[in-house]
Amino acid sequence: MYRFDTMTKLLQWLFMLALLGGTWATLTLNLLGLDPLPPPVYQVLWLLPTYLLVTFGCYSLGTVGYRLATFNDCEEAARELHAQIREARDDLAQRGMKF
Amino acid sequence: MAASRDKYSVLLPTYNERENLPLIVWLLVRSFRESGNDFEIIVIDDGSPDGTQEIAEQLIKIYGSDRILLRPRAKKLGLGTAYIHGMKHATGNFIIIMDADLSHHPKFIPEFIRKQKEGNFDIVSGTRYKGNGGVHGWDVKRKLISRGANFLTQVLLRPGASDLTGSFRLYRKEVLQKLMEKCVSKGYVFQMEMIVRARQLEYSIGEVPISFVDRVYGESKLGGNEIVSFLKGLLTLFATT
Repeated sequence: MYRFDTMTKLLQWLFMLALLGGTWATLTLNLLGLDPLPPPVYQVLWLLPTYLLVTFGCYSLGTVGYRLATFNDCEEAARELHAQIREARDDLAQRGMKF
Repeated sequence: MAASRDKYSVLLPTYNERENLPLIVWLLVRSFRESGNDFEIIVIDDGSPDGTQEIAEQLIKIYGSDRILLRPRAKKLGLGTAYIHGMKHATGNFIIIMDADLSHHPKFIPEFIRKQKEGNFDIVSGTRYKGNGGVHGWDVKRKLISRGANFLTQVLLRPGASDLTGSFRLYRKEVLQKLMEKCVSKGYVFQMEMIVRARQLEYSIGEVPISFVDRVYGESKLGGNEIVSFLKGLLTLFATT
């Protein structure tokens, strides 16, 4: 048996895309020859992939933007390190270290 | 106390780090002495022409050959093989890998150890992207690339860890050995592959926020080449794991 969680990430993506894309195409193109969808439903459905893509794009930009803005600068860590470097040099020099 | 049975071997791959090596060793020794954990530091120098090994010899005289081990190699052979080489000489049951350029501060190691014990984790990874974690010395462009690359990686690989390209981590020795057998990539991608393979092998991963202070001495690198090889590596992992 082929298990989803042991597939490569690429295959997982292709599998999901095929599943969703297939469902979408079946419904919008009415491949099963069912009664036509009510027009309001059809209008939403037809553009659904575009909506999803735009939503995902906005989510991505928002997430990366937020994380960029909140990326810590660690000024304190840098100051502390510089102080410790001086301390280390002095201590090592006392123990006979030749830099 | 359980702490007394565990020993931590720090692997420090170096190439032209004569400025940084004594400082990182000093900080490591202090951190371990304060936390009371047993340790050794294994310096794997790839034939640095700047006298890194001579500095290491001096450190051995100061701290003792049971604490500092110099296990050099003749020439520059890459990170993955440096870890394999270092591990052959490691006597600890845990391995800590970190950069020797002071961007990874040893003060976080006691937190790694605490985290490991808390969840009995196989791996504890430092993360710049969570909690109090962060970076110093990066401009907005570099931060954007880093955040963007990280987001893309999270979406494509869903790795179950927030910092894939970082290289400040603690591993159970046998876990690192197993991972080294599986991993084939180089550079940034190597660190990514370690986490991805770890998840495949169902190892548990804990995370500790770290502050990353970009190189004080020497040059930091992020060019177009790094970005291209990162993307290549990401896509390779995407298609093969």
